[in-house]
Amino acid sequence: MISVSDQFPPTNKPSESVTGVTVRLAGDSGDGMQLLGTQLTNTSALSGNDVATFPDFPAEIRAPIGTRAGVSGFQVRFSSEDIFTPGDGLDALICMNPAALVTNLVDLKKTGILIVNSDNFGKKDLKLAKLEQSPLEDGTIDGYRTIKVPMTSLTRTAVEDTGLSTKLSDRCKNFFAMGLVFWLYGRDVEPTLRFIDAKFGKKPEIAEANRLALKAGWAYGETTEAFASTYQVPAAKLPPGKYRNVMGNEALAWGLIAAAKLSGKELFLGSYPITPASDILHELSKHKNFGVRTFQAEDEIAAVCSAIGAAFGGSMAITTSSGPGIALKGEGMGLGMILELPMLIIDVQRGGPSTGLPTKTEQSDLLMAMHGRNGEAPIPVIAARSPADCFQTAIEAWQVATRYMTPVMILSDGYIANGAEPWRIPNVADLPKIKIEHPGPREDGAAFEPYTRDENLARPWAIPGTKGLMHRVGGLEKKDGSGEVSYDPDNHEHMVKTRAKKVQMAADFIDPVEVFGKESGTLVISWGGTYGSCHTAVERSIAQGIEVGHAHIRWINPFPRNLGEVIARYDRVLVPELNNGQLSLLLKNEFLVDAIGLNKIKGKPFSVGEIMKKIYEVSVAPVGAK
Amino acid sequence: MNLPVLKAKDFESDQDVRWCPGCGDYSILAQMKKVLPEIGATQEGTVFISGIGCSSRFPYYMNTYGMHSIHGRAPAFATGLKSTRPDLSVWVITGDGDALSIGGNHFMHLLRRNVDLNIILFNNSIYGLTKGQYSPTSKVGSVTKSTPRGSIDHPLNPISIAVAAEATFVARSIDTNIKHLVATLKRAAAHKGTSFVEVYQNCNVFNDGTWDYAKNKDTKADSTVELEHGKSLVFSNGTKGIRLNGFTPEVVKLDGNVAQDDLLFHDEKIESPQLAFLLSRMRHPEFPEPIGVFRDVQRATYDDMINGQVDDAKAEKQEGELADLFAGGETWTVE
Repeated sequence: MISVSDQFPPTNKPSESVTGVTVRLAGDSGDGMQLLGTQLTNTSALSGNDVATFPDFPAEIRAPIGTRAGVSGFQVRFSSEDIFTPGDGLDALICMNPAALVTNLVDLKKTGILIVNSDNFGKKDLKLAKLEQSPLEDGTIDGYRTIKVPMTSLTRTAVEDTGLSTKLSDRCKNFFAMGLVFWLYGRDVEPTLRFIDAKFGKKPEIAEANRLALKAGWAYGETTEAFASTYQVPAAKLPPGKYRNVMGNEALAWGLIAAAKLSGKELFLGSYPITPASDILHELSKHKNFGVRTFQAEDEIAAVCSAIGAAFGGSMAITTSSGPGIALKGEGMGLGMILELPMLIIDVQRGGPSTGLPTKTEQSDLLMAMHGRNGEAPIPVIAARSPADCFQTAIEAWQVATRYMTPVMILSDGYIANGAEPWRIPNVADLPKIKIEHPGPREDGAAFEPYTRDENLARPWAIPGTKGLMHRVGGLEKKDGSGEVSYDPDNHEHMVKTRAKKVQMAADFIDPVEVFGKESGTLVISWGGTYGSCHTAVERSIAQGIEVGHAHIRWINPFPRNLGEVIARYDRVLVPELNNGQLSLLLKNEFLVDAIGLNKIKGKPFSVGEIMKKIYEVSVAPVGAK
Repeated sequence: MNLPVLKAKDFESDQDVRWCPGCGDYSILAQMKKVLPEIGATQEGTVFISGIGCSSRFPYYMNTYGMHSIHGRAPAFATGLKSTRPDLSVWVITGDGDALSIGGNHFMHLLRRNVDLNIILFNNSIYGLTKGQYSPTSKVGSVTKSTPRGSIDHPLNPISIAVAAEATFVARSIDTNIKHLVATLKRAAAHKGTSFVEVYQNCNVFNDGTWDYAKNKDTKADSTVELEHGKSLVFSNGTKGIRLNGFTPEVVKLDGNVAQDDLLFHDEKIESPQLAFLLSRMRHPEFPEPIGVFRDVQRATYDDMINGQVDDAKAEKQEGELADLFAGGETWTVE
């Protein structure tokens, strides 16, 4: 038997140690770039690097081959340091065709390496990318260190012996590219070999061809004179523990399963497929042995309504969607709120309005989450800050939902949902137990009062099947205490205020906001998936001598109790958001603070550089000159 | 046999009933309260879920669990509840606007899924609670507040829709035909799977008399035909019958020239929905309108299957443990 190190010998070329590398793999949406990126991510994480990823793909499943619209990219950063973003500038860009090159080159650092599949720059390829001349020859790539690799022909040669058709052989070229990239960064191929076995085990000739392509890519790097050296990224110093890689939607699904288990509940998900939330439905539906019931409803409205029905019956009820679906659920959420039943509504945000940019990220549903229901209908809102944080977010949201008997909205976004990062696996015994009590049967014949309240203003969660507790809930206003239909003006005002107060009381339960960095000067306030970029920008700005602190808020309704005090300590507040100023509006309203917005609405996350530039601009301006 | 311990009165809530005096809903409410103890229902084990409309106030008047939900969506709430609590007996109370207009989609999907619950559709062919607009079952030409020159919408036929949506139990009854209504509600309750019952219900304020042909003692014998499983379709006190001419039903006089065997024979148990659909197309005044059970067939229920998959997964993989879930896949340790 030939060992892995025989087939993939360590390089004899000089190796340069670097703290971190950002690589983007770009090609046609059928080129397997997402697979390549995922392998590179997992391998890097397994070798102890901290990792952050940014998959970026078109909304069309198969846009016309070779066109700019069909370009699919996967950016991964792996580092020996604790990192919070997938990186700004690229150290390496791998392009499988001209369309990928012209749409991605702008992000490559001047010092970066450009690797192209030179076989795909023929007349036809150029025409598909709407190019008159080859960007390899017209000056476009001047100044970049470019390595032209005839990947298609080299792959065909490498897999010749398997007897695969040309079409199937050509599909292996992403593994050739992978072999080359793995060689360049000294990555371990073993996890990928295991992956090939698992994925293509039933088609041995395909598995073998992919292995051969991987090996050919590795060998090409070692042989060609184009590469003088390789790069090593040592392991990061993460806190001790057992780690695995998680994507946001996966971590959210596991957090939900954990919350159900910790509260002794079975989980019901009512959902309708929508990008980028569907993976939560997929993941949960795999885990029925945890008592998970998933219901793919006929529409978004049925999804939320079925969840309310399950909540009434005593289950941990959830509905998942993205912006357009949440808009449809508005009336249902209002009912859940007036019924005062615990449930979770999850919005994995994407670019809007309307269908908008389905596969791109945005933070533009915040005001809908806060206010998108008829009448006075506040519900708690929490936003996850990173892929791994989705786990904790789900648990906290369920704690608040059950403690205060209210629906809770969880906000995620496309960037978090599809992004990946290492997750320190928690010790199950350390996770919080979530205590839920249902009132027991009653034999005295007295009428049950479903709207009596405890110290948290929560009403009892009495569930059907319990003797003596028969009661009727509904969308008509109810008399506090007895729960009878009531049109009494004073009772209505009292109920509206009580339901609002309950949400505000949740601030007693949630953690105060922590500030990172300086205690005065500029305060950067962020929420959701921009956490990493903001944190890194503040860290680097401080290193450059700027007086700036960072407060990242996870609970937006209610705000953490200490947020007002924190804001008051600073001269100015900067709020970077991937929207037109929604958190700014809420902060201005709540704290009368003249928040400065940094607003980006391009379907892409912030780069660290963009935020640093704004921090510099606002911080060097004299106090008061906002 | 155990005699019922509970009485109709035990299913009455302490709320004042607020329907208009003379409304057909009163009779349906009374028959329901009568039926529940007779079928051995318990107060705590029964849940009424409604949408919005006059009929949808129903749950407030029952001393059971109940939910007065949002317009048209009662089937979705009921599906979520029954899927997670198969031990409960769930009834959906709806109207023609609620089920067929705003809630048409949910109605159709509930039927095809065959969730084990009962839907009672109070059909009065009018929007009552919003004070008198035409509904999806109003006839073309109906003059209402929103159609002063007459409705131009072709109406829907609730039974046809139910049959087309793969319903396993489909029936029709009449609010004031007490004996028939009681029997039909009992049949609906006994059926495993979604039971759909259309009830002709009179709105004496906004659409009074719309079902008079089927209710009035002078006309009902001639304008309705009672369906009985295994029997031929005979009406008008035995003087008329329904015969098939090709695929089309026709009314024939039983004057000695037509043999009973030539008449259309009702079979509610046949798998194919053609007969039920054909019967649903018989409308007044061309035909007597069938009342009774159009279709009663068996198919696996959604609630059995969703819970069955959970049970199977637990049996195959054992009850899930969080530590196993987290540690599945590739992991690494940082010292």
